[in-house]
Amino acid sequence: MVSGLINANPVVYEKKERRVRSVPSAAADEYAVEPIDQQEIFDHIRDIKDPEHPYSLEELKVITEDAIDIDDSRGSVRVTFTPTVEHCSMATVIGLCLRVKLLRSLPSRYKVDIRVAPGSHATEAAVNKQLNDKERVAAALENPGLVDMVDECLSPSYE
Amino acid sequence: MAETTELIQHIELYVDTSRSPTEQAASLNSIISLVKSDFLTIEVLVKEMRMYLTTTDNVIRARGILLLAEVLTGLASKPLENATIHSLIGFFTDRLADWRALRGALVGCLALLRRKVNAGMVSASDAKLVAQSYIESLQVQSLGQHDRKLCFELLECLLERHPNEIASLGETFFYGICQAMDGEKDPHCLMLTFPIVETLVRIYPDPSGSLASFCGDLFELLGSYFPIHFTHLKDEDAEVKRDDLSKALMSAFSSTPLFEPFVIPLLLEKLSSSLPLAKVDSLKYLNHCTAKYGADRMAKHAGAIWISLKDAISNSLEKPAMSFTSEPLYGLGFQENEIATEALMLLQKVTLQNEALFLSLIIQDEGINIVFNSIASHEHYNNIPLQGKQWLHAVGRILYIISKTSMASCNSVFESFFPRLMNTLEISVTNSSGDCTLNENSFPSKKFNFGALYLCVELIAACRDLIMRSKDLAPKPDTPQETCRYMLQSFADSLVNAFSSSLATNANEVAHGADIYFKVKGLQILATFPGDFLPISKFLFANILTILMSIILVDFNKIVLWKLVLKALVHIGSFVDMYHESEKALGYMGAVVDKTVSLVSRDDFNMPFSLKLEAVSEIGASGRNHMLKIVQGMEEAIVAKLSDYVHGNLKSAEKTIQLLECYCNKILSWINETGGLEEVLLRFVINIWSCVESCQDFSIQVQEEELLDATMMAMKLAVGSCSEESQNIIIHKAYSVISSSISIPFKESLDATSSIQLEELRVSEQIDKSSCRDDQIDKFSLRDEWILSLFASVIIAVRPKAQIVNVKGILHLFMTTVLKGSVPAAQASGSVINKLGTKSNETANSNECTLEEAVDMIFSTKLWNLNENGVVRTCGSGNGSKVGLTDLCLGFSSNKLLQVHAIVGLAWIGKGLLLLGHEKVKDVTKILLECVLSEGRIRAMELKQGLLENSYEQHSVMRSAADAFHIIMSDSEVCLNRKFHAIARPLYKQRFFSTVMPILQSWIIKSDSSVCRSMLFRASAHLISNAPLIVILSEAKKLMPVLLDGLSLLSEDILDKDKLYSLLLVLSGILTDKNGQVAVIENAHILVNCLTRLIDYPHMMLVRETALQCLLATSELPYARIFPMRIQVLQAICKALDDPKRAVRQEAVRCRRAWLVL
Repeated sequence: MVSGLINANPVVYEKKERRVRSVPSAAADEYAVEPIDQQEIFDHIRDIKDPEHPYSLEELKVITEDAIDIDDSRGSVRVTFTPTVEHCSMATVIGLCLRVKLLRSLPSRYKVDIRVAPGSHATEAAVNKQLNDKERVAAALENPGLVDMVDECLSPSYE
Repeated sequence: MAETTELIQHIELYVDTSRSPTEQAASLNSIISLVKSDFLTIEVLVKEMRMYLTTTDNVIRARGILLLAEVLTGLASKPLENATIHSLIGFFTDRLADWRALRGALVGCLALLRRKVNAGMVSASDAKLVAQSYIESLQVQSLGQHDRKLCFELLECLLERHPNEIASLGETFFYGICQAMDGEKDPHCLMLTFPIVETLVRIYPDPSGSLASFCGDLFELLGSYFPIHFTHLKDEDAEVKRDDLSKALMSAFSSTPLFEPFVIPLLLEKLSSSLPLAKVDSLKYLNHCTAKYGADRMAKHAGAIWISLKDAISNSLEKPAMSFTSEPLYGLGFQENEIATEALMLLQKVTLQNEALFLSLIIQDEGINIVFNSIASHEHYNNIPLQGKQWLHAVGRILYIISKTSMASCNSVFESFFPRLMNTLEISVTNSSGDCTLNENSFPSKKFNFGALYLCVELIAACRDLIMRSKDLAPKPDTPQETCRYMLQSFADSLVNAFSSSLATNANEVAHGADIYFKVKGLQILATFPGDFLPISKFLFANILTILMSIILVDFNKIVLWKLVLKALVHIGSFVDMYHESEKALGYMGAVVDKTVSLVSRDDFNMPFSLKLEAVSEIGASGRNHMLKIVQGMEEAIVAKLSDYVHGNLKSAEKTIQLLECYCNKILSWINETGGLEEVLLRFVINIWSCVESCQDFSIQVQEEELLDATMMAMKLAVGSCSEESQNIIIHKAYSVISSSISIPFKESLDATSSIQLEELRVSEQIDKSSCRDDQIDKFSLRDEWILSLFASVIIAVRPKAQIVNVKGILHLFMTTVLKGSVPAAQASGSVINKLGTKSNETANSNECTLEEAVDMIFSTKLWNLNENGVVRTCGSGNGSKVGLTDLCLGFSSNKLLQVHAIVGLAWIGKGLLLLGHEKVKDVTKILLECVLSEGRIRAMELKQGLLENSYEQHSVMRSAADAFHIIMSDSEVCLNRKFHAIARPLYKQRFFSTVMPILQSWIIKSDSSVCRSMLFRASAHLISNAPLIVILSEAKKLMPVLLDGLSLLSEDILDKDKLYSLLLVLSGILTDKNGQVAVIENAHILVNCLTRLIDYPHMMLVRETALQCLLATSELPYARIFPMRIQVLQAICKALDDPKRAVRQEAVRCRRAWLVL
C-alpha cells in the first residue's frame, strides 16, 4: 500500500500562451472547412487536471502539442503522454482521462490511440495495452470509483 | 428624586458588561441629553458616580471612567466652567497611571483637550501636567492596538494645541515620544505617528539646539519603515493604503533639512537594492527631499546621486521597440518602466537645482564618454549589440532631459558633445550664406553612423522642445549669443544635406526602420524650429520639403519610410499652421499641399490610389488652410471624374468611389470636428449639382450602382452637416435642376386639385406611349435616376427647419417615382413627412404644406389613372379608374410589381410617421396587414377564374408587406436617423411593438391558410428582432411560440439568414435572463426541437454557434423539464462535433459536457 504521493514534488512548468486564431472574414469563407488540427486537440486536453496535484497536464508537461499526431481525413488521433515519474501508477488514470475527454470532444468517426512515451514508464507495454483495449476501458468506466476520479479530473477549471 | 434614580439606572446599565452595546449606547445618550438640557450638572453626575469612579473593582471602575469620558465627548460644544474642567482634567491625568482603567482616562483627556475656545478649554499648565503624566506613566507599546491609537491621538492633540508647553518640557518628553513610537507596526497608528514626527520637528525649530542632537535617534526610528511594504493584506487594513502611508512617511522624511545626512545615504542605498518597489520609492523620496533640503545640502551628494541615477536608468530598460512607426517614441524605443521614468524626473529636478555641478558631472562622466567613443564602431542599428543599444538609449535620454532643463545646460551640453557628434558624422561647418542647393553627391556613398545620428537627433530635439516651452511661457526673443543656437545655425545646412542625401541613398538599400526613423525625425525637427530662434533659410526649408515630398511621390513601395515621411510632413504642417510662420507657410503650401492635391487629379502616377488618398487626407488634417486647399482639389477631382464617368469612361468609376469614400470618412469628419468650414461643404454640393446639370447626355449604358450609392452618401453627409441657410440654398439649386431637366411629369403648381389636371408635360406623353407599348413604366433614364436620387439625398439630409420649396410637387414626384421602384424616393418621402412634423404649429405661409395636407395627399388623393393593362399613368388624360397609393398597395392594379413598389414606399412613409408619433401609422399598419392577409381574398378570386399562376406573384406581395415591418422597425443607416436630423420620439419602437404585436398574434390564431400564417410569422419575427430586449423579456411567455415558429420559418430561405440570426440573438437574450428562463419553461420541448434543427443550419456559422449557446443555456432549465430531451440533444450535438467550423465545434464540446452531466 502506497501511503504518500507517488511523485510528491513534481516540476511545474509555465503554461503556454493561448494562441488566438485569426478569425477569417466571415462572409467570404462561410462554407470553407476548418479541419481539426493539433492545436485543437491540444486545447481539448491541456486543462485536464492531474489526478494527484492541482496542476493541469500541460503545466506538468505530461502532454505537449508536439506529442499529438492527427490525420483528419482518415480520422485518427494518437496522443503520446509522458508520466512525470517512471513508476507512476497514475499513468493509466491519466490515459483514461485523455481517452474519455477525447471521446466526448471528437466526432465519432475518429479513432483515438493513447500511448505512453517510449521509455518513460516502467510497464510501458502493459499500460499501452490496457489503455487501448476497448473492453477494458469500458469495464473501467463501469467502476464508479474510477468514473468519479475521471470526472473530477475533467471538471472544467478554466472556463 | 426621579432624575437621580433614572440616572443611577442608566449608569448601572452602562457599567454592566453583560448588556448589549446598543443598550449601553442608548443609556449613554440619555445621560448626555440630561446634561445637555440642564437637568443635571456635571458636578452632580460626578458625585453620583463617585462610587463607580473609585471602586477597587477593576472592571466597574474602568466602565465608570469610560462613561464619564464618553459623556464629556458628547458634550464637546457645551460650555463648562474652568474650575470644572480643571478638576476633571486633573482626575483624568491621575487616572493615566491606572493601567487597568486606561481607556476611559485616554478618552477623557482627549475629549477635554479637544474642546473649542468658546466652550472652555484646558489651561496650559494642566496640559503640561497631562503631558508629564503621559511620559511618566504610559507604556504605549505594551498596550493594545486601539489604546495605542488613542495614545497617539492624544499626543497629536497635545502637540497641536499646546506646542509651547511641550517644547518647554525638553529632552525627556522628546525621548518619551520616541519610545512611544518605537517599533509601532499597525498602519492606522503609523498614519498618526508620521505626522507627529513632522509636528515634533516643527516645534523644536532651533537647528543648533536640542533637535540637531536628537535627529539621529529620531531618524533611526523612522528609517526602519522605508520602504513601506505590506507583508500581508488584511481586510481591516484596506482603508489604509500603501500609497497614503508612503506619502506620510515621505513628508516626515523631508520635514527638516537636518535629516539630510541620514536620509540621502539611506535612500541611495535602497536605490541600489534589487527590490523594484524600493527603487521607485527611493526615487520618489529623493525627488521630494531635494526640494525641501535645498541646493547646498544636496550638493554634497551630487556625485553619488548621479551614479545611482545613471545605473537606475540604464538597468531598468526593458525590451526594445519592435517597430519605429508607432508614436510617440522615446529615445531608441526601449520600454521605460516606472523606475526609469522616476529617475529621469529626478535627474531633471536635481539638474535644475544644481546646474553647474551636475553638468560638469555628466560631461565628465566616464560612462558617457565611453559611449561616445564607441559609437563610431557601429554603423547600423542592427549591428549594435543589445547592451550597446541600452547604453545608447540611456545616454540619449539623459542628454535630452539635461538639455531640456534650461538654456544654460543646453548650451554646455551642445558645447561639449555636438562637435564630437559632427565629427563622427563627418559633417563640417558650412557658412549659411553659401550655396544651399541640394548636392546629392556631397556625401558619396558615405555610411551614416547610427549612434551619432541618434544622439544628434536627441540633442536637437531637446533644444527645440526647450525653445518651444520657453516660447509658450514668455514670448520674447532669446539672446542671440546662445552657443547652441550658434552651433545649430552653422551646422544646419550640412545636417539637412546629410540627412536628406543619406535618405535618398538609403532608399535603394534595405535599411532598418530605426535608421530611417531618426533621419526623418531630424529633418522634421530642423524644419520646425521657430524662426526667431533658428532662422533657417527659405531655401533650406524648401529643400527639406522637396526631399520629403519626393519620397512621398516616388518611394511608396517602402512602406515604413513612406509612412514616417508622411507623418513628418503632417507635423511640419501643423507646426507651420499653429505658429503662423508666414514665410514657411507659403513654402509649405507650395511644396507640399499643392503637390499633394495634384496627386489626386493626375492619373499618370504608378502610385496606388489608396496611398494618394491617405497622403491627401493626412496632410489636409494638419491645418485649416491646408484643408481648404485640399478640399478644393478633391472637389475638382470628384467633379471631373464624375463628368468623365457620365461621358462614358467607366474606368474612372472605381477611383471616384474611393475619392468619395475618402471625402466622407476622413475629410467630412475632420470638418465636422473642426467646425466653421461650412462654405466648403456648400460649395461641394453645389458643384456636384452643377456637374449633373451640365451633363445633358449620359452616354454610359452600364449603371454603376456603387458609384451612385457613394455619391448619394457623400451628398447626404455634406448636406446634413450644413446649417439651415446653406441647406436652403442647396434645395433651391437642386430644385431648379430637377424642375428644368428631369423628364418625368412634375407639377409646378401649388394647388392640389388644379395641379392634377395640369401636370401633363410633353415627355410624359412619350412615356405614356412607350409604357403602353411595352410595359416599360418601371424604367427611367439613367440621368433621371441620378438626378432624382441625388435630389432625394438632399431631401433626406436637410434639417427640419429648412425650407423645402413646393413640398406638394416634390411629394407628388416622389410618389410617382416610388411606383417605378425608386427606393431613395421612398426614403425621401418618409423624411419629408417626418420633418414636416415640427412645422404644423408654426404659422405656415400659403405655399407651404402642412403635415396634415401631405398625409392627406398620400393617403386619400387619387393621383393616378389605372388603365386596363394594369399600368398606371398620372391622372389627367385617358380613362379608367383613379387610384391612390393606398389603393395600389391593396392591389387595385393587377400588376404585382407595382404593388410591391407601392408597399415599399408606404413602409418608408410609415417609418417617418412612426418616428413622429403620428396616428396615421395605424392606417399604414392596417394597409400592410391587409396586404399580408391578402391571400385569402385572392385565393377565392383565383378559384373562380382558375388563375393559379398568379399565386407566386401574390406571395411576393405578401412577403414584401411582411418585410415592410422590418423597414419600419429597424434602424436605418441611410436615412431617418439622427445624423440626418430625423425627429424621433422616445420609445417609438416599444409603442409600435406593443400595438401591433397583439394584432398579429390574434391574426395568427384566426388564420387558416398556411401561407398567410407564415407571412404573419415573418412580420412578427421582424417586430421581435428589432424591438428592445427589455420589452421582449416582459412578454417572453406570450411571444415564445411566435418566436420559435418565426425561427423555423426563416431557416427555410437562405436569403433570410441575417434576419434569422438577429431573431436567434433575441432568443439567446431571453435564455440568458432569469425571468426569460421562467417564461421559456413551458415551451422547452418546442424550443429544443427548434434549436436542434438550427444546429445543422448550413448557411451561417454564427447561427449554428448561437444555437449551441442557446442549448447550453437551456441545460440550466429545471431538470424535470429537460431530462426527457437529453438523448435527442446529445445526438444532435454529436453531429455538431464534426462541424466544418472550429468555433462551432468548441461550442459543441462545451454544450455536450453540460448535457452529459445532467
